[in-house]
Amino acid sequence: MDLSIFAILVQDGVTSGAIYALLALAFVLVFSVTRVIFLAQGEFVAYGALSLAAIQNHQAPLTASMLVALGVLTFLVEMGRTLLQPELRLHAGRTGAVYAVKYLLFPLAVFAAARLLAPLDLPQLVQVPLALLIVVPMGPMIYRLAYEPLVEASTLVLLIVSVGVHFTMVGLGLVMFGPEGWATTAFSDARLEVPLGAEQLVISGQSLWVVAIAALLIAALYVYFTHTLPGKALRATAVNRLGAQLVGIGATLAGRLAFTLAAALGALSGILVGPITTLNYASGFHIGLRGFISAIVGGLASFPVAALGTLLVGMLESFTAFWASEYKEVLVFTLILPVLLWRSLVGGGHVEEEEEE
Amino acid sequence: MTTRYNLPPRFPKPAPIKEPGPLPKRSLLSRENLLLLLFIVAVALMPVLPTPELWITQLNYIGLASLVALGLVLLTGVGNLTSFGQAAFVGLGAYSTAYLSTRYGLSPWIGLLVGLLITAICAYLIGLLTMRMSGFYLPVATIAWGLSLYHLFGIQEFLGKNDGIGDIPSLNFFGATLNSGREIYYLIWLAVILAIFAIRNLLNSRPGRAIRALRGGGVMAEAMGVNTGWMKVVIFVFAAILASISGFLYAHLQHMVNPTPFDLTYSIKYLFMAVIGGIGQVWGAVIGAGVLTALEEGLKRILPELLGSQGNYEIIVFGLMLVLLLQYARFGIWSFIRKWFPPPPTALAPAHADELPKREKPAAGELVLDVRAVRKQFGGLVAVNDVSFQVNAGEIIGLIGPNGAGKSTTFNLITGVLDASAGEVLYRGERISNLPSRAIVRRGVGRTFQHVQLLPRMTVLENVALGAHLRGDFAPQGGVLASILRLNRAEEEKLLFEASQQLERVGLGEYRYLEAGNLALGQQRILEIARALCCDPALLLLDEPAAGLRYQEKQALAALLNKLKGEGMSILLVEHDMDFVMNLTDRLVVMEFGTKIAEGVPHEVQQNPAVLEAYLGGVE
Amino acid sequence: MSIVLEIKDLHARYGKVEALHGANLKVGKGQIVTVIGPNGAGKSTLLAAIMGALPITGTATGVVSYLGHNLTGLAVEKRQVRGMCLVPEKRELFTTMSVLDNLILGAYSRKRAGERHYLDQLDTVYQLFPRLKERSGQAAGTLSGGERQMVAVGRALMSKPQLIMLDEPSLGLAPRITKEMFHIISELRKTGVATLLIEQNARAALQIADYAYVLETGNITLEGPAEKLANDPSVIETYLGLNKKHDPPAQPCLSAGATDPQNRPE
Repeated sequence: MDLSIFAILVQDGVTSGAIYALLALAFVLVFSVTRVIFLAQGEFVAYGALSLAAIQNHQAPLTASMLVALGVLTFLVEMGRTLLQPELRLHAGRTGAVYAVKYLLFPLAVFAAARLLAPLDLPQLVQVPLALLIVVPMGPMIYRLAYEPLVEASTLVLLIVSVGVHFTMVGLGLVMFGPEGWATTAFSDARLEVPLGAEQLVISGQSLWVVAIAALLIAALYVYFTHTLPGKALRATAVNRLGAQLVGIGATLAGRLAFTLAAALGALSGILVGPITTLNYASGFHIGLRGFISAIVGGLASFPVAALGTLLVGMLESFTAFWASEYKEVLVFTLILPVLLWRSLVGGGHVEEEEEE
Repeated sequence: MTTRYNLPPRFPKPAPIKEPGPLPKRSLLSRENLLLLLFIVAVALMPVLPTPELWITQLNYIGLASLVALGLVLLTGVGNLTSFGQAAFVGLGAYSTAYLSTRYGLSPWIGLLVGLLITAICAYLIGLLTMRMSGFYLPVATIAWGLSLYHLFGIQEFLGKNDGIGDIPSLNFFGATLNSGREIYYLIWLAVILAIFAIRNLLNSRPGRAIRALRGGGVMAEAMGVNTGWMKVVIFVFAAILASISGFLYAHLQHMVNPTPFDLTYSIKYLFMAVIGGIGQVWGAVIGAGVLTALEEGLKRILPELLGSQGNYEIIVFGLMLVLLLQYARFGIWSFIRKWFPPPPTALAPAHADELPKREKPAAGELVLDVRAVRKQFGGLVAVNDVSFQVNAGEIIGLIGPNGAGKSTTFNLITGVLDASAGEVLYRGERISNLPSRAIVRRGVGRTFQHVQLLPRMTVLENVALGAHLRGDFAPQGGVLASILRLNRAEEEKLLFEASQQLERVGLGEYRYLEAGNLALGQQRILEIARALCCDPALLLLDEPAAGLRYQEKQALAALLNKLKGEGMSILLVEHDMDFVMNLTDRLVVMEFGTKIAEGVPHEVQQNPAVLEAYLGGVE
Repeated sequence: MSIVLEIKDLHARYGKVEALHGANLKVGKGQIVTVIGPNGAGKSTLLAAIMGALPITGTATGVVSYLGHNLTGLAVEKRQVRGMCLVPEKRELFTTMSVLDNLILGAYSRKRAGERHYLDQLDTVYQLFPRLKERSGQAAGTLSGGERQMVAVGRALMSKPQLIMLDEPSLGLAPRITKEMFHIISELRKTGVATLLIEQNARAALQIADYAYVLETGNITLEGPAEKLANDPSVIETYLGLNKKHDPPAQPCLSAGATDPQNRPE
């Protein structure tokens, strides 16, 4: 292998690593705040990329309809709960109005915007936010519908619920996007040529975009978690759930916030990889799984270590793809085992699963 | 004004002493056994009756899935270990026989043996690696190796890559060739029924009780002498072997294999089946496999008619149903049905049995426990600061001190739950500090827990029998195969007899067939003492045995401890309640801030100014 | 005096085991009420049940009324927002976060309620615990037991509570710090805060409290003004004196040896 191939592999590894880093952050965030291992994280990748692809093809993505449907469901569930509890029923009118705005009006507005804007020739600067606006609000709604009723369930139950959510979302993805794969327009066609010894190293503009946006997002999240009160509140919930409740940080509020961020990170990852890889309704899962494994390598606990783990997985993937492409998947998943063992022996600080009787 | 409540304060309410139920009869025709019988008859009649071919096909798939789900009942339901990789083991079984019978024309039965061997070795190695993982690392690791194995099947030239292997010969069973689904049906369901019996036999045995004790962290199981790490590997291999058998049968039912049915999705489906049916219940696995297989088939038929064939609709409905099921019926279908089929108490104590061998006990007054300057540091915090004391045979020593004084940490250093940073603990002259708990109990040190740790769904007798884990006929961590084959009857009789003797000794004999969770707290603490006595100890370590007890219960406990002392037992108890230790103990060791501040006979200690200061505090 | 907290017939159970068998209790504005009792009597369960913070296996029934409102069914954070505050026995700090962040998060609900000067208690807390100011940048998990205790109390004060519930504030503290802590608790009374104090150091608790309850095996068996209880023979014997017959000479108030036959069946 010569230097230029090596450099290309590193470039690929770093690019995938950056994507996995975003997904790993989302996993860590969701897990530490809610104890949910969110396997459906990858579906947000696919939803984000494919919604954008639909918009770029001048069609209103069907995800906008799904958002409306989810909103109606959430509204019904919230109202049902409000009307069933006598203390809450007293203020049913006021809370009902809030719910109607949040879960009915807002999704309808997004839906209308998608309908109106999609046929137009939009700059990417409008397309991308539109796609995000459609996909991201699904995160907290899914949390409300699938996980909130199970706040006190064991991690295993929550994990299996995640599997259910994953199946549902993949199935809906097939209905909405069809079986074929799509690629989105690159943010930049620029190719940077860097002299490297006797040869030229070509760096694609899209890779730079991916790495730059990922780095920017990670930095923004870092600031959010260390310098803003809502961010600190999320961290506090992750560190000590009861402690957070005792200072008035509600577990459900934190959960919804975590899921909103996770959906946003997922959809953004999809939008970033969209131009690099062709994605279909089912490809999200494998990308998500790699992000997940990266997070595990980082121990599902600390954000910077998880980000390092992602780089490792990205590199591993790009190099095995070159040397033994058939064994790419096998190696990525197998080499995780020793890391896992090491983490579980060293980390050790995790409380055993609570008993359920 | 001071209000004194009418209830005499020390007798708030009569303690809710549970009435012992009627003694169960040894009956073969319990409702659950009747159900088993009905099940076997129904299964046997299916192919004889004019059952449509489609039904037989579905029943075959249900049987194959049940086998895998049954493994998960043991692994996940009982052992609390989640696996997302069972389908890969099904694949190992299927590919082994497919390859050997097509490439080398070997008998499928050789394929079965080879498949089982490969599966067992793989599972053993993977188990060694992954079973040590805690919390969510384990399920994640199973996802990882499950995917690895699946991808391996798809890239191997000799396994036909993604096309797989076709033309797999039919099975030959005692001269009969099992070509059609209707013919292999009996073999599949015979395997299911044998698996049900194997699991029932295993759970109802000494290793089985150890496996059931894995739930809840394993500290208690280790303290009873169970090597929890090894037991986890054992059930992991067992579950893998059931999956492998399912794969073997699958290959010869389908006459072809390819990687698809060994993917993560299928592993997840097996886990669903176990959860839908009711995880931890053998019937749950069969019901779950039945419901899920039928549901999937039904959805595949109905949904395209309703919604058109443009999507994979069943997976949507499937996912939604799963979420709803977990929200509204987390404990599965069997938990609703179970009410009508109360299982009989599985373990009954015989009226007589051979005595278990006893260890030689120390002579009265001999030094039993010698704690020498033990120290425990957590980071910069010194929790136990060079504490020394001794316990002689036949003595009751109390280790007391205010909350947070380091008593429990000291206790954990002696019982092997924590490793000492410095110093040592000698038991009958042998160093026991920094040994694992199970090595300490093997030497004859029995213990109880501050927060009662028992298995609430198991009978009192079985809970106590767990204490005799190291006294069976088989190797301490062995006897699994013998238990499955029910060759362990002599051992069971001896152990259960011993357990019932110890229950008589502590006065809980009449409660032996009650579920332990139904006992009052005081009785549960006494149960723990009986369980500790089952290891034939020369030294008992009791962690706050009187905490939360009512006055009468404390009296009963004190009487019991005095009785044990009269029989030559040495006892060290950690206690907070001064009253309780004052008249019971021979000597007191007082700790504060991790340091021993006093030692002596109770009446001296209580006048010691340092002790008074520690207990009364000084605000002025 | 207005009643801040009133509980009626409060039961709590963990699985099948009932840990609290119908407790009744009142705390008035500016009052320190203490609950004393032996280990395992259900004191921590009582506080957790009042705060709605029982662990997963626990359930509570009965009426918890706070400033006249029934709190049944409200989540922990909803109770906190109304001005109740619990400093639990395990402190439940955000160990990986700095002392300052812990304190700031104590005022989280005030910020959310839109208060502009939500950090106005920070100076007060630093005045009470100057040590916390020195350590404000340090992660809470690296502090000593006493300092953690200060962070927990300080975090509670940041929310300007009307009712503060303290579970064993002296636990694991050196006597000098215990003394300081109790002094601070009695100072708090002046600001009108109602305090519910659980303490195994019964003597110290009775000294600063206005009213006291004795909790034994899940039942409140005795209640009365604190100084009356401090002189009650059965209390002295059980919690203050170590045994009836031996008078510790330096502690005359503990020496009352009379046993009430009704209450002391031994």
